[in-house]
Amino acid sequence: MKLLALETSTEACSCALYVDGTISQRAEFAPRKHAELILPMAEQLLAEAQLLPAQLDGVTFGQGPGSFTGVRIACSVAQGIAFAANVPVAPVSSLAALAQHLYQTQGHEKICVAFDARMKEVYWGIYQLNQQGLMQLQGEECVCAAHQVPLPDEKNSWVGVGSGWAAYSEALSDRLAGYVQHYDSEIYLHATALIPFALAMFAQQQVYPAETVTPVYIRNKII
Amino acid sequence: MTKIKFCDVVTMTMRILGIETSCDETAVAIYDETQGLLAHTLYSQIALHAKYGGVVPELASRDHVRKLLPLIKEVLHAANTQPHEITGVAYTAGPGLVGALLVGAATGRSLAWAWRVPAIGVHHMEGHLLAPMLENPAPTFPFLALLVSGGHTQLIEVQAIGRYRLLGESIDDAAGEAFDKVAKLLGLGYPGGPAIARVAQQGKSGRFTFSRPMTQRPGLDLSFSGLKTQVLTTWQAQTIQDEQTRADIALAFEEAVIDTLLIKAQRALQQTGLKTLVIAGGVGANQWLRTRLQQLANELNIQVFYPRPIFCTDNGAMIAYTGYVRLKAGFQEPLSFNVQPRWSMESLN
Ligand SMILES: Nc1ncnc2c1ncn2[C@@H]1O[C@H](COP(=O)(O)OP(=O)(O)OP(=O)(O)O)[C@@H](O)[C@H]1O
Ligand SMILES: [Mg+2]
Repeated sequence: MKLLALETSTEACSCALYVDGTISQRAEFAPRKHAELILPMAEQLLAEAQLLPAQLDGVTFGQGPGSFTGVRIACSVAQGIAFAANVPVAPVSSLAALAQHLYQTQGHEKICVAFDARMKEVYWGIYQLNQQGLMQLQGEECVCAAHQVPLPDEKNSWVGVGSGWAAYSEALSDRLAGYVQHYDSEIYLHATALIPFALAMFAQQQVYPAETVTPVYIRNKII
Repeated sequence: MTKIKFCDVVTMTMRILGIETSCDETAVAIYDETQGLLAHTLYSQIALHAKYGGVVPELASRDHVRKLLPLIKEVLHAANTQPHEITGVAYTAGPGLVGALLVGAATGRSLAWAWRVPAIGVHHMEGHLLAPMLENPAPTFPFLALLVSGGHTQLIEVQAIGRYRLLGESIDDAAGEAFDKVAKLLGLGYPGGPAIARVAQQGKSGRFTFSRPMTQRPGLDLSFSGLKTQVLTTWQAQTIQDEQTRADIALAFEEAVIDTLLIKAQRALQQTGLKTLVIAGGVGANQWLRTRLQQLANELNIQVFYPRPIFCTDNGAMIAYTGYVRLKAGFQEPLSFNVQPRWSMESLN
């Protein structure tokens, strides 16, 4: 299985390549540079693996929520590559991917993800590890004021992650008092975290033709 | 935009996929070096934006993502072309709405990367300018171009491809923008150009007269925002705002814009000594403008060229063709793609 992963929904830009169990990756914190960076990253990873795009079996991308422009870049690039390589796409929630990243790097299993959504709001999702080792969404992802985010259904032992925890640290800490002990707003999202989800989706054939995948913006109030 | 010269001699007949997403149309076409335009298709977002009275950029970007690949599939099918027969991908890289442009650029650049063919970011206005080349007969260089679109009103001396000299332009509203704004204030639909043209057919000439802005002064610059204001005050001063009055004002406005364009175009022809006039851009679809220009051409004994009306407004064919020309000349885009929401055409020289 050869899978290319793209994630550009936050200020970090990253690309990862999964080749039969081995993952290589490129990542850079690079606000507004995603369009410039993403294909050179992909080209380097494929060249190192001595692969051509046509040899890929699938593409996965972080479909948001996040920066509107960012999620569109990942989506459009994924669509272009997948259509050209004639392979399906596995779109993965960027919130879930950050939760997965935190699990993979620090072992946390109960995570509240908040992305700064500007306009005094956050993109919010609550995740818990399931038996397959994947972060599973509890309830629904949403965009809402930091002091009004939905709460987990049990107290204690949750960890906060994402830029929202820096932007609205007070409001979120107040709201999650008794739920979240600590948070980390400095961890950046990596395309590698998309891969476990995507592998599961490919295994279950829950993948889609390139022309049918779209970003998930969540925020639809735009005018 | 960095352009890299590539040295490989292109031996295969070029067949270029062109993608246009700079504003509110998603358009795709395939141009073949020997067979010409093979297919083109377009999805207009007009209905999506109509209730807002203008283009909502974020809605436009979102819709491009949904429509672009299905249109690419459709056009490949219509052109009876297999993906591996595409030798290059062209996409509009500017000027235009940044989010909308990025959808076409990201998709186009990625397709080209995965197909292992070169890509080229096309200047949208160069696309409009070269659209008449898709017709038979096509104009020959050098020529004077009158570019009249939603965002631009320019007189350009075109010596050759990539040799452009801006002779004059609107110092405020573009001609198409003036049509759109006047239509809005008269309570006509969006886009305004076709709406005004339609209503004006019922108008009586001579009841209203608007000025021909900046024609008394020397030079080739234009201005349309004052004209719009004149229309507004005239319309508001009417005690009976009936259909006939609306039509009469629409006609007077259309006459004023067309006269102004004609006066400036004639002046530019005299100044440059050029014998060929090319019209491009959405306002060029205006039937009466075309008729009047043809009359002018006959009087001056020059030739006038315009694209078919659907290639006056935004389309994929002009991008595929311009991409072909640019790729053929040895330009191509690096993997690192980008867009330029503001981009002067003279910087192409
Ligand atoms: N028949 C017509 N008469 C007058 N104006 C017209 C007609 N048809 C279209 N237009 C005008 O043409 C404009 C659209 O043209 P076009 O698509 O070339 O512009 P644009 O792409 O919005 O702007 P630009 O190309 O400068 O970025 C609109 O302003 C529209 O009102
Ligand atoms: Mg245009």
